[in-house]
Amino acid sequence: MLHIVVCIKQVPDSREIRIDPVTNTLIRQGVPSIVNFYDLHGLEEALRIKDELGARVTVVTMGPPPAEKSLKECISLGADEAVLITDRKFAGADTLATSYVLAKTLEKVADEWGAIDMVFCGKQTLDGDTGQVGPGIACRLDLEQLTYVGKVIHVDPEKRRVRVERKLEDGVEVVETSFPVLITALKELNKVRRAPMPGMIRAARFKPVVWTTNDFPDIEISKIGLKGSPTIVSKTWVPEVRKVNGEKISGEALEQIAEQLMEKLWGSELAQKLGWA
Amino acid sequence: MSTEQSNEQMPDWSGYRGVLVFIEQRSGTAKKVSWQLLGAGKKLADKLEVPLMAFVIGDQVGHLADEAIYYGADRVFLCQGPELQDYRTRPYSRITLKLIEEHKPEICLFGATGTGRDLAGAIATHLPTGLTADTTELDVEPHPSRLLLASRPAFSEKMMATILCKQYRPQMATARAGVFQALPRDPERQGEIILIPNPTAGEQIATEVVNFIEQTGTVNLEEAEIIVSGGRGLGGVEPFRLLKELADELGGQVGASRACVDAGWIAHEHQVGQTGYTVRPKLYFAIGISGAVQHTVGMAGSDVIIAINKDENAPIFQFAHYGIVGDLFQIVPAITAEVKKRKAAKEDPTMAFKV
Repeated sequence: MLHIVVCIKQVPDSREIRIDPVTNTLIRQGVPSIVNFYDLHGLEEALRIKDELGARVTVVTMGPPPAEKSLKECISLGADEAVLITDRKFAGADTLATSYVLAKTLEKVADEWGAIDMVFCGKQTLDGDTGQVGPGIACRLDLEQLTYVGKVIHVDPEKRRVRVERKLEDGVEVVETSFPVLITALKELNKVRRAPMPGMIRAARFKPVVWTTNDFPDIEISKIGLKGSPTIVSKTWVPEVRKVNGEKISGEALEQIAEQLMEKLWGSELAQKLGWA
Repeated sequence: MSTEQSNEQMPDWSGYRGVLVFIEQRSGTAKKVSWQLLGAGKKLADKLEVPLMAFVIGDQVGHLADEAIYYGADRVFLCQGPELQDYRTRPYSRITLKLIEEHKPEICLFGATGTGRDLAGAIATHLPTGLTADTTELDVEPHPSRLLLASRPAFSEKMMATILCKQYRPQMATARAGVFQALPRDPERQGEIILIPNPTAGEQIATEVVNFIEQTGTVNLEEAEIIVSGGRGLGGVEPFRLLKELADELGGQVGASRACVDAGWIAHEHQVGQTGYTVRPKLYFAIGISGAVQHTVGMAGSDVIIAINKDENAPIFQFAHYGIVGDLFQIVPAITAEVKKRKAAKEDPTMAFKV
């Protein structure tokens, strides 16, 4: 049977984060935690492959203990097993340190539940927005890598090949490769199902497997967390935009307003630049 | 990303010099972002007093090496072969890694495109080194620190963050398309082209590109001279038709704020602002757009900005050269009509007297 691993992250819904207009700092209170939604599309695709061909679906996440909630959500949708990697020593990780821990985790997952054929990640997270962890894992585990996938066309468990559509800025690339493969998911990949009642019941009682640094005897402490992260944030600021406070155009009738505006544009150097004059 | 560490000793990086830019191409045509990165890279290289380098990988792409020189590169590495026609992670990353290991640039820049991010993500992990995604501002500290100051939007575009990589070289970043400006193309410019043998010749590669369906669609905001953008005030899909009519009449393109894209009224390729495109058209209409900073940072560089909004206190008016307070559903068609009238008058000068 195919073994598919889905990497997820519980993130603050950054769309809900506001900036305090007085202090110019982030207001984090009351911001809900959600499963990074690109990751849910990865999970959904894994579950569709499971429904069609039969597969074991394991979900993993690195995060603080409350991330258990997100793993339960994945179980309710139909994942078979869920692993939480949690340890204070993992905190402060950038994408390099994160991909190291996740790669170690996937090796252990393979030891526990069998060799991995496919890995799904979201194309990026809502809070980090980098899209670098997927390629990082693929690189560390020597997996084939298919990023920005908008459609899985065909999975062939016999030939151990998968054909997908990658959505790029200038078009759609149809590409295929061999297992083991890591795929990063776009929103277009599928529509995420709603949790069925039996799934919700299973999730309510479910306890994820929890691994800490103690469960990884050969992990190099210098490569994890803050220490293992080459990038550091040196400063943050709220961007300001040049204000011009131009002139207001008003008039009695609409035609008048439109005419005035065009009069000004036609009379300016803009008209020359645009070849109107 | 982690928080500031103490001022640790920086290792000796004197073996790493120069700025290296990835020239992304498809079928022998370079992505615009590549020339924009050479423009950004040139400033960094000048400040560090080092050469600006570029690398081109593909099949029959020698002309792009010349182009890279015209756009500012001093030295271009060129690797060609039929196996390299399409981008594939493994062969491209192998070549790039070898190049970086042999020539030791201190800074490597890639476009924040699907391909650029795919490649840079693999490379940074292999090396290993730090990689900052999606930068919109690039600067360097002068010698001796020579640190790349890679700045990018964070927290759904609400803040900017400057990211440093102190302990590893090269310092890597992907950079957004349409943000940096390319240097003017100078076909007289001289530079050095260094051929790299194709290490993947005749090799079996698991990944196979079966087909590519080009969808350069109709939207190309970065190159549009005129953009007519709509925001939340439009209230739905249908009003975008009014904007399209005006844009068509002016020979421009339709843009949108993030709210419209999130609401599903229009595709992401139309989005202007931090998570969309940064645009610098000659003329920009902001219609029914309130003017949140996430939007204005992406369009404030436009030559002339016209704002139309029913709320006279909307922040967008602070950024506009001309502001019209009123109902967009009436004003936009009136402007379209006025443009039509003027165009007709221009084509037939006698019309000018009739209207």
